[in-house]
Amino acid sequence: MQAHPKLKISHLQKSFTNGRSTIKVLDDINLEVGDNEFVSLVGASGCGKSTLLSIIAGLQDYEQGEMLIDGSSINGPGRDRGVVFQSYTLLPWLTALQNVEFALRETGHDAKDIPEVARQHLDLVKLSRFADSFPSQLSGGMKQRVAIARALSYRPKMLLMDEPFGALDALTRGQMQELLMQIWQEHRLTVIFVTHDVEEAVYLSDRIFVMGLNPGRIKECIAVPAVRPRPTGIQHDRDVLELQAQVLKSIREETRRAEFE
Amino acid sequence: MTIQTDTAAPKQTMQRPQRKPLLSMAAEISGPTYLLIAVCAFLLFIAAWFLATGLGMTKPIFLPSPLAVVAKLTKLAMDGTLASDVGNSVYRIMIGFFIASVMALATAILIGAYRFWEAAIEPFLDFVRYMPVVAFVPLTILWSGTGDIQKFLIIWIGTYFQQALMFKDNIKRVPTDFIGFGRTLGMSDLRVLMRIVVPSAMPQIWDTLRISLGWAWTWVTLAELVAANSGLGYRITVAQRYLQTDMAIGYILVLGILGLTTDQIMRFLGRHFFKYERKS
Ligand SMILES: Nc1ncnc2c1ncn2[C@@H]1O[C@H](COP(=O)(O)OP(=O)(O)OP(=O)(O)O)[C@@H](O)[C@H]1O
Ligand SMILES: [Mg+2]
Repeated sequence: MQAHPKLKISHLQKSFTNGRSTIKVLDDINLEVGDNEFVSLVGASGCGKSTLLSIIAGLQDYEQGEMLIDGSSINGPGRDRGVVFQSYTLLPWLTALQNVEFALRETGHDAKDIPEVARQHLDLVKLSRFADSFPSQLSGGMKQRVAIARALSYRPKMLLMDEPFGALDALTRGQMQELLMQIWQEHRLTVIFVTHDVEEAVYLSDRIFVMGLNPGRIKECIAVPAVRPRPTGIQHDRDVLELQAQVLKSIREETRRAEFE
Repeated sequence: MTIQTDTAAPKQTMQRPQRKPLLSMAAEISGPTYLLIAVCAFLLFIAAWFLATGLGMTKPIFLPSPLAVVAKLTKLAMDGTLASDVGNSVYRIMIGFFIASVMALATAILIGAYRFWEAAIEPFLDFVRYMPVVAFVPLTILWSGTGDIQKFLIIWIGTYFQQALMFKDNIKRVPTDFIGFGRTLGMSDLRVLMRIVVPSAMPQIWDTLRISLGWAWTWVTLAELVAANSGLGYRITVAQRYLQTDMAIGYILVLGILGLTTDQIMRFLGRHFFKYERKS
């Protein structure tokens, strides 16, 4: 038993001020994420998923509430949290390998290990063959794989992913999900995964946080009891389909409620 | 993965792709065709010039024939005048442009990254930018005489303010997630700026440099036209004084060629430096 959850957020509130008007984007967010847990954030577009994720990453501040990691409050971004952004963030003037090396160098890795560690991580996402390609020569899926390798390379305890597979076609998306599962199982890390895709959320997560709209808040938390490791094709099992329907219904209720207001 | 190739229709092989007529909008033309059209346009211009002078429609003192211009230029090239004039102007551009560019880049980083400095500096830059450079010429002569310093100053006034704002724009266009990425690695703000933001903006910065270098040619000529005793612009005023129209036109052509050449060199270097942007 652990004394502290990996991440604990209580009564967090966040607003944006645009000129004279202030909109509350996140209201009274409470959530706990356990060590090595895989959780997803789902919810209608604009409900504040990205905002919450970047607050957890330490890239945005908030007005009220508390955020604890391993029991201590955090202030700003840190090497304990790796982020895979929704947009492509590979540095275009560096090759795939150099991009991973860049992260290792900036996080203060031992210089002589850097090339070796970088190669291992490209291996991990099955891209060793493209080590010397520039991002402009890689497909969208390959770029996100390098970004995952890069985020994992310096061993953050927590991986924050904002719709990392949003721009990919269904086939590549499926492959990426399996790859991510595999990596998560081998590396034991805490993942917070933002997605639009309910099937994806159910397939990957231990628990799913459904977010409400206007203002954004945690509406419901749905546990996914399915076995680990999850076999491919589990998406079509009856229990899993039912869970998907449940999550979808929860999101729909929320958008409908927001429309009526 | 296998790709099915269609072997059932061998008769239709080698069918020419449909081509749009040359003059339709957005029609693709090949590289050689493009070059041919461009060369033809130049030839047409020269032919018109020959015609105008050959038929005696103009007096040589207003418009000498192309041959006279070439002969004059050749003579100036032989006696070393041309080389020393070009040398002087190029030297002035290099120094003035270099100083302006370095200062503009530093300013742009400052105002692009810190709102405080943006508020403090940018409105002022915007204000000065709209003052005509030409109007500064008398002042600069008053301040620094008619030597090289005054030429640097005019080039600086003409490029620095524009460059600073354009560089800032280049820097602002770097996606915020790039900055976020750097910060999640624990990089300091300064490090994020120097190791992520500026390198990301480099291709656009280079383009700005290329464009503003084109303007610098105008400013150096202007400065030399008004007060100088060497350089391309100076020689054009001499030509005017002695009614040597052939020399004036020859030098204007030389300026055009120099501008075009530097632009092409910058383009070439840009393609070389930023190879990584290309797909293949
Ligand atoms: N910098 C900002 N300034 C003002 N408002 C913002 C800013 N960033 C986000 N918002 C607003 O906050 C709300 C939540 O945005 P956020 O990007 O977190 O939503 P999201 O759930 O990630 O949506 P999507 O699923 O479309 O990515 C939106 O209404 C958005 O308009
Ligand atoms: Mg989002």
